[in-house]
Amino acid sequence: MSEIPADLRYTKSHEWMRTLPDGTIEIGITDHAQQSLGDLVFVEVPESGRKLAAGDTCAVVESVKAASDVYSPLAGEVAAGNPALATQPELINKDPYGSGWILRLKPLAGASAGGLDAAAYAAVAASGG
Amino acid sequence: MPYIPHTPDDVRAMLERIGARSLDDLFDEIPPALLVPSLPGVPDALSEMDVSRLAAERAAADGRPLNFIGAGAYEHHIPAPVWALVTRGEIYSAYTPYQAEASQGTLQIMYEYQSMIAGLTALDVSNASLYDGASALAEACLMAVRAHRRSKSARILLPETVNPAWRRVVRAITGGQGLQLDTLACDPASGRIDPASLAAHAGEDVTALVVPQPNYFGQLEDADALTRWARANGALVIAAVNPTSLAVLKPPGEWGDGGADIACGDAQPFGVPLSSGGPYVGFMACRMEHVRQLPGRIAGRTVDLDGRPGYTLTLQAREQHIRRAKATSNICTNQGLLMSAATIYLALVGPAGLERVARACIARTSELVAALTRLPGVRAAFAGPRFHEAVLKLDRPVAPVLAALAGEGIIGGHDLARDYPQLGDALLVCATEMRTRADVETYAKALGRLLGRAAAA
Amino acid sequence: MSGSLRKPEPLIFELSRPGRGATAQHPAAEPGGEVPAGYRRRGLPPLPEVSELQAVRHYTRLSQLNFGIDTHFYPLGSCTMKYNPRACNALAMLPGFLGRHPLADAATGQGVLGCLFELQEMLKDVTGMAGVSLTPMAGAQGEFAGVAMIRAYHRARGDLTRTEIIVPDAAHGTNPATATMCGMKVREIPTRPDGDVDLAALDAALSPATAGIMLTNPSTLGVFERRIVEIARKVHDAGGLLYYDGANLNAILGKARPGDMGFDVIHMNLHKTFSTPHGGGGPGSGAVGVGQWLLPHLPVPVVGREGERYRWLDERDLPDTIGRLSGFMGNTGVLLRAWVYMRILGAAGMRRVAEYSTLNANYLLARLVEAGFEAACPGRRASHEFIVTLRREARQLGVTAMDFAKRLLDHGYHAPTTYFPLLVPECLLIEPTETETREELDGFVEALIAIRREAATDAAAVKAAPHTMPVRRLDDVRAARQLDVAWKPEVA
Repeated sequence: MSEIPADLRYTKSHEWMRTLPDGTIEIGITDHAQQSLGDLVFVEVPESGRKLAAGDTCAVVESVKAASDVYSPLAGEVAAGNPALATQPELINKDPYGSGWILRLKPLAGASAGGLDAAAYAAVAASGG
Repeated sequence: MPYIPHTPDDVRAMLERIGARSLDDLFDEIPPALLVPSLPGVPDALSEMDVSRLAAERAAADGRPLNFIGAGAYEHHIPAPVWALVTRGEIYSAYTPYQAEASQGTLQIMYEYQSMIAGLTALDVSNASLYDGASALAEACLMAVRAHRRSKSARILLPETVNPAWRRVVRAITGGQGLQLDTLACDPASGRIDPASLAAHAGEDVTALVVPQPNYFGQLEDADALTRWARANGALVIAAVNPTSLAVLKPPGEWGDGGADIACGDAQPFGVPLSSGGPYVGFMACRMEHVRQLPGRIAGRTVDLDGRPGYTLTLQAREQHIRRAKATSNICTNQGLLMSAATIYLALVGPAGLERVARACIARTSELVAALTRLPGVRAAFAGPRFHEAVLKLDRPVAPVLAALAGEGIIGGHDLARDYPQLGDALLVCATEMRTRADVETYAKALGRLLGRAAAA
Repeated sequence: MSGSLRKPEPLIFELSRPGRGATAQHPAAEPGGEVPAGYRRRGLPPLPEVSELQAVRHYTRLSQLNFGIDTHFYPLGSCTMKYNPRACNALAMLPGFLGRHPLADAATGQGVLGCLFELQEMLKDVTGMAGVSLTPMAGAQGEFAGVAMIRAYHRARGDLTRTEIIVPDAAHGTNPATATMCGMKVREIPTRPDGDVDLAALDAALSPATAGIMLTNPSTLGVFERRIVEIARKVHDAGGLLYYDGANLNAILGKARPGDMGFDVIHMNLHKTFSTPHGGGGPGSGAVGVGQWLLPHLPVPVVGREGERYRWLDERDLPDTIGRLSGFMGNTGVLLRAWVYMRILGAAGMRRVAEYSTLNANYLLARLVEAGFEAACPGRRASHEFIVTLRREARQLGVTAMDFAKRLLDHGYHAPTTYFPLLVPECLLIEPTETETREELDGFVEALIAIRREAATDAAAVKAAPHTMPVRRLDDVRAARQLDVAWKPEVA
């Protein structure tokens, strides 16, 4: 079983969102997602300043057998990509909700994190989606 | 039944096990209207003996003329072990090494090949081959567009001094993706890229500049200056190089300030016969920062469960079987057998041997140019340093001269009339280490007789 | 692979000693081969320096670390690993063919051009197409040519809105990758559990944006698409064209033809169906065939015949061509091998290819189902290949398709294709080909039964397989994270 922290918001495409004190949104992929991808070998993180619309591809995660796009759950501007992932993609496997974060997004005015709560996401993950 | 081992008893027993009455039953899911009774366009079977005779007659009809054409395919000595080894069943009848543990031979050869190509080009990483030099250049252009994220123009500067067939292939393969291919003119005096044509693009958003070395005419481009220009103008550099020349010419990784980003070409000169045009073997190498944009298979060294070294396909997430519509290329099968031939060739000739081959090519081509330009009505089109090809200008149309030479068993060069009408009656010739001084003399005498006879007529 | 061969073979670079060399291979030193200073390489390139025997022994030993068709049963689904007759290689390497420069005048190439012309004609007949171009250098390049021709066809009619290629989710990865390379958008449609295309999904996907559809038939699930004629009508009615991925042509060779099914353009994998050697990953050849309406767009060059003479037709003869895909005329030597193969088999032999490859596949499937393995498409007739899913074994025994594949190597069988198509869990795609004996197939069945029995009692042994190969399971994660893709000389 995968871990699904109750204090985060989620998407059907297996991203999680955390609202930081300064209002930026931290984004990563869920424990369920990293388990199904397997050991990650490369993560492409976005450059700071890149403008994203909701649903845009904002990162790519690669294992030896799969590659998966990460989609931005909301519109905004990239505040930072996680620099540690360049040399340690395994952080996502080890700590998907902590040091394995992928990017931080300054949301566009009016854009809100929205998404699913933990219970709703648990149903998505259980259905094999 | 050629190559089919089934006895009548086998067929009977197997059908019974399947629960079918006849072989035709096995096709009962195909709508009957689609079944064809016969193939009138395919002749009846021949025995191996009969086909051998037919093939031998046709091969003999093509003769063994004395060849002085290069133009992208080069006649070099092929050490006897090369094809004796690659036609061993374990290499020849294996496929892409999907099961690494049962394919360590192929995988280690790939790793050695990649190491040799990286060493020759002085770049960090090579793939395990593409189809041929022309398609490798097309892939290099597409790769440059992916790798150069800041450039938005997808504009590639493609000099006229690049092999015209390769330029056609680049157009055909990149056409669907909206690349902008801008031609750089050739300076008719030097046979090299016209500096004014390049200068016209200064300050523009240029994604990459293609630098051929040697160029199609055999002339050496000023690769250092071209690379510096690209750096100064924010463009990547794609080197399109002859691999034999890398034994003696400055490698792309050391050009200008910081070297080329991508090098590509055709490794056919390394142990692969002319064979009427293929199969050859495209190579491509790049700087490590671009490795995830490199198309094609790559073998990597790793360890097994016991910590012993072993080899496996790696970075497969770039490839079509995983990334599908977002792959770096659609390439799947490459030119594995020829890649193996090139590796064994390089192992046999080694650094000193390859240098000798390159020097012999330069020397023999110089002699050829000297011998032919001694004839009245023949002159060299360009001065300046060259590798193993040269453009000669004749005082009359080239095609009839070549036809007459062919009648004497000499393939006298490649007529440039179609691709470079601005050069007039121009002929591209090549002499590798395979041509002897006597061969050069034979050619010069025949050409002298022809030109003299025509002049007298 | 005897025990002594389990010693790792060093890299050729590690055998190198300064000053050694296979000097019989060196030309004489020549005066006059100087390069001007500004252009010159500093020092020699970092290539190995070994004797001729060292090189021969090294590459012979490396070859012995491989499975090939000549040494092992190799039922790699979708790859048609059948016997590659030695005659094909021997005759393609006759000196007259091998030594010919591709740009030499056609007058000195009538022998090779005659063979290639006959090959074009034979391929037209076996596929039911109006014209063939031999230049694509592998299946994927044939696909590229095909989709580029579809694009050219619509553009030539002034229809610039058709930018979508429909691809079933079970397709080879090359299909969507090719569509992207041609600047097309990919529209994926699902496949039904019985292996056929979902017609409702097809209807929903078809639109004025449809350029065409790419299909493999028999499909990658190893079954014949029974409603192909209806699919062709739907796609044509919507203004699109049908592309046939020839990876599975072996299954219907001489029995049914893509042209008769309504396909407009097809590629053939000559290294599969026409048995040219796979070479450890190529060279392949992806000759393309087209219907009448696509003839003007064929990639050049194509062999033409004028009276008794053959010549290359190029851009001047076919001004609406999609252009050139290779520096010369494709993988000519591969084409010659395919020509020899077709002449030896003849028309009746073509049909036997389909009949006996289908017989072997259905026999193998019947035996495996009897032994309790699960077919992915139960109730369907196998084509020349079929899929077994090991999802039950994975669930009950904790042993995956990958584990079965690796353990098969210890039993002396190359593994089938694993984990393709992606939509069947824990799958083995098994293609026995027509050149295997019944005894070989029986041995393979016994091996799978033995592995399953072993998995029930000693799963760890299966999961740690292979045990008898030169290496044990390799660390793919380390290979990708700590990239080592080229040997580097040690800096002193």
